[in-house]
Amino acid sequence: MNLHGAETWDWLSTSPLLGVTLTVGGYVLGRWLHARTSSPVFQPVLVAMVVIVTFLELTDVSYAEFMVGGSYISFWLGAATVALALPLHQEWHLVRRAALPVLLGVVAGTLVSVVCAIWVTDLAGGSRELQLTMAPKAATTPVSLALSTQIGGIPALTAALTILAGITGAILGPWVLDRIGVTDQRARGIAMGSVTHGIGTARALQESRTEGAFSALCMGLAAVATSVAVPLLILVL
Amino acid sequence: MPHNTPVLQGLMVLLGCQLAGEVGVRLTGIEFPGPVVGMVLFLVLLRIRRPAESSPLVAAPALLLRHLNLLFIPAGVGIVVYLGTVRDNALPLAAGLWVSWLVGFVVTGLVASTLLRLVRERR
Repeated sequence: MNLHGAETWDWLSTSPLLGVTLTVGGYVLGRWLHARTSSPVFQPVLVAMVVIVTFLELTDVSYAEFMVGGSYISFWLGAATVALALPLHQEWHLVRRAALPVLLGVVAGTLVSVVCAIWVTDLAGGSRELQLTMAPKAATTPVSLALSTQIGGIPALTAALTILAGITGAILGPWVLDRIGVTDQRARGIAMGSVTHGIGTARALQESRTEGAFSALCMGLAAVATSVAVPLLILVL
Repeated sequence: MPHNTPVLQGLMVLLGCQLAGEVGVRLTGIEFPGPVVGMVLFLVLLRIRRPAESSPLVAAPALLLRHLNLLFIPAGVGIVVYLGTVRDNALPLAAGLWVSWLVGFVVTGLVASTLLRLVRERR
């Protein structure tokens, strides 16, 4: 029997099945490793990214070919952004009581993150394009991606930086909050959501329900705040 | 999530809000992310309708948010396209990312916890 190896590979490397399977497979593996080791270093997103990037490098499948399937997954980010209204709605009573700390926390986090991102990137010798790529990275991916497109950054790089910021927050966030003595679950959630968006929120939900709820809320508010602040700030910075 | 919840209806509402947001920002020419407008629309809908826990309006967003991390992976893998850019600009990218992350994160945490304490003490 003749095996049609080359033809099969040609079909697979351009089929949506490859990107979808790699993404879901990497995620399932990441979740499994995370559950087995319960180490914050094994973030499911990070594990999946490492596995997939390694696979693409080894097999010479391009990112464009991977995204034939990957875009089926990332398409849902838009609907997921809309879905962020749910935790906002569910925690409305807690939120109303803590409205001022929530709002000022989000505004402070957004302004400091955007200004600092542009300023530090500039100081370290980054071009204007890199500064604009960095500026929206504290907002959740669909928003940072859209903003990067709008202000003239490199959208795909912004998306990757956003995700790295989220992974950093998921790994180091709770540790940093312990060091600086922020013990209030609501304050911890406000910090996680405002600066580390979805990936940090997934981590916050593991710490406590309250922290997760405030994180989800602040992720949504930070998305709105960043959408307003970034276009205005780049005019003056 | 209870069994047999018609998640599809909820997904349809989510997509409808996103579509309204995307079409709205394009028609008006306002430069604002469409999905965020959709989120505000959906929040207004939830505040008005106050759906039960078993409603598709709750089940569909809960499903998406439970596996939110999965949706970020393809964009994260996009870093492979920019491995060259990342190598050439390693310092500004690493400094910009991590310094601004740390400063923004610490400031937010301290501002929020200080204000929460003040609000509590006032009562």
